[in-house]
Amino acid sequence: MNSPFSKRNRWRQPSVLPGFGLTFGFSLGWLTLIVLIPLATIFLKSAGMGWSDFIKVGFSERAVAAYRLSFGTAAAAGLVNAIFGLLVAWVLARYSFPGKKVVNALVDLPFALPTAVAGIALTALYAPNGWIGQYLDPLGINVAFTRIGIIIALVFIGLPFVVRSVEPVLADLGKDVEEAAATLGATRHQTFTRVIFPAIGPALLTGFALAFARGVGEYGSVIFISGNMPGKTEIAPLLIVTQLEQYAYDGATAIATVMMIASFAILLGINLIQAWSRGRAGA
Amino acid sequence: MSQRAIVSESRFARGLLIGSALAFLGFFLLLPLVAVFSEALKQGVGTFWDAVKEPDALASIRLTLLIAAISVPLNIVFGLAASWAITKYSFRGKSLFITLIDLPFSVSPVVSGLIFVLLFGAHGWLGPWLNAHDVKIIFAVPGIILATVFITFPFVARELIPLMMEQGKDDEEAAVSLGANGWQTFWHVTLPNIRWGLLYGVLLCNARAMGEFGAVSVVSGHIRGLTNTMPLHVEILYNEYDFVGAFAVASLLAVLALVTLVAKSVLEWRFDYHHGGAGH
Repeated sequence: MNSPFSKRNRWRQPSVLPGFGLTFGFSLGWLTLIVLIPLATIFLKSAGMGWSDFIKVGFSERAVAAYRLSFGTAAAAGLVNAIFGLLVAWVLARYSFPGKKVVNALVDLPFALPTAVAGIALTALYAPNGWIGQYLDPLGINVAFTRIGIIIALVFIGLPFVVRSVEPVLADLGKDVEEAAATLGATRHQTFTRVIFPAIGPALLTGFALAFARGVGEYGSVIFISGNMPGKTEIAPLLIVTQLEQYAYDGATAIATVMMIASFAILLGINLIQAWSRGRAGA
Repeated sequence: MSQRAIVSESRFARGLLIGSALAFLGFFLLLPLVAVFSEALKQGVGTFWDAVKEPDALASIRLTLLIAAISVPLNIVFGLAASWAITKYSFRGKSLFITLIDLPFSVSPVVSGLIFVLLFGAHGWLGPWLNAHDVKIIFAVPGIILATVFITFPFVARELIPLMMEQGKDDEEAAVSLGANGWQTFWHVTLPNIRWGLLYGVLLCNARAMGEFGAVSVVSGHIRGLTNTMPLHVEILYNEYDFVGAFAVASLLAVLALVTLVAKSVLEWRFDYHHGGAGH
C-alpha cells in the first residue's frame, strides 16, 4: 500500500513497460476525434429536432417502407447465408478436394472487392439482357430492379461473415465427440442435429448477426441492382442520400438515428440470446 | 457397411455437399468477378486502354492512391498505439475501449459520411466558421480522407489486439529489464513478433480504403477530375451508360481485390498466420 503507484494509478495495475501514457492518450484522443465526436453529432442533432418533428420525418410513410425493405432483405439474405455459409464452412473444414486453397481464398472476395464493382457486376448478370437475366426473363422472373436483386447483392456481401465465423468452430470440434456419439449408437443424422449443430449454433448466430448488420447498412452493391423506386425498392441508406441531396438534413439525420438504434437493439438482442444459450449449455 | 461411414458421410453425400458448395460459390462469387473482366474487355483491349488512360480516370486513380497513402498510415499508427495500450497493461474499462474501436463497423457507410457533413458541411456545426476561414472539407479531399479513416478505423487494431494478447508481454519485460528503452523494445522485440499480423491488417485496411463507396460518395461532391475516387468514377460512367469505361475502371479495382486475396492467402499459408474470427 505504500508503493508510490498505488494511489496514482488506482484504475490500472503498475507495469515495468513504458509508454502507457503516450499510447493510451494518443489512441483515446484519436478515437474521440475521429469516431466519438462525429458519431455524437447525429444524436445531438436528433435531440435538437424536437420529438414531433423527429417522428414526422423519421417515420414518414416513405421512411417506414425503406426500413422494412432494408431490415427484411437483410434478414432474408442472412438466412440464405446461414444455410449456404454453413454448407461452405462444413466442406472447407471437413473435406479435402482439388483446388480447396483457391476456393478458400475466393470466400473472402466480398471483403476485398469494392462494393460498387460488385454492384455493377451483379447488375450486368441479372439485368433482363444479362448473362443470367436473359434465361430468367422468359420465365417471368425479374431479379434486377426488384427485392430479389437486393437480396442477391446482400447474399454476396454477407457470405464470408458466416463462413469465417463457423469454419474455425467446426475445425476445432474434435472427431472424438462424434465418435463417442456414434459408439453410443447415434446415427449420422442424430450426431449432426444433437452434437454438432448445438456446438456450432452460437457461431452460426454470430455469423448471421454480422451479415445482417452489414446488410442493413449496405449501399454500394445494392443501389445499382435495386432500381431505387421510392416505397418499393428504395433501401434506407439510399433514402438518407436522397434526403441529403435535397438538403433535408433533418430527414437524413432522423432516418440515420432510427437505423442505428434499431441495429444496435437487434445486435444487443442477439448477444443476449447467445449469453443465455451459453449459460444454459453450462459453458 | 464400412466402419468410417459412422463418423463421416458416404462418398456420395460428400460429393453432393462439395458439389453444391462449389456451385453456390461459383454462381454467387466467381461469376460476378468473371463478368467484370469480360465486360471490360468486351470491345477489345484497345477500347479498354483508352478508357483507363482517359484523363478523368487517371485523376480518379491518383486520388484513390493518395487517399490510401494518407489514411492507411494513420490507421497503422493508431492500431499500434491502441493495441500496445490494450495488450501490455491492465486497466479498467478496457473492454469498453475495444468496443468503441469496433464501433465504425456497425455504422452504415452512408451514415459514416453523413456525420462529417453534419459537422463540416455548409449547413453543419463548423460550416460557417470553416467558410469564413476559407477551409474546404466537405466536397473536397480532406472530407474524403476523414470518411475513409473513419470507415477503416478498426482494421489494424482488430488484427493486432488478439495477436498481441496471445503473445503476452514477457518478451518486452525481458528487454526492458535488460536495459532497453521503450522505442528499442518496440522496434527490436514487438515489431518483429507482430509483423505478419500487421501486414495482414494493412492489406485489408488498404483494400477497404481504396474501395470504399458509400461514405466517400456522401462527402465527395462528385467533382470530375477533382474529388472522384475510382469507385465513384465507376458509378458516374455507369450512370452515363459508358459501360465499357465503367467496367474498365472497375476491373482495375477487381485486380486490386485479387492481389489482396493472393497476398492474404500467402500470409496464411507461408507464415501460418491465422486469422481469428470474421474480418470485414
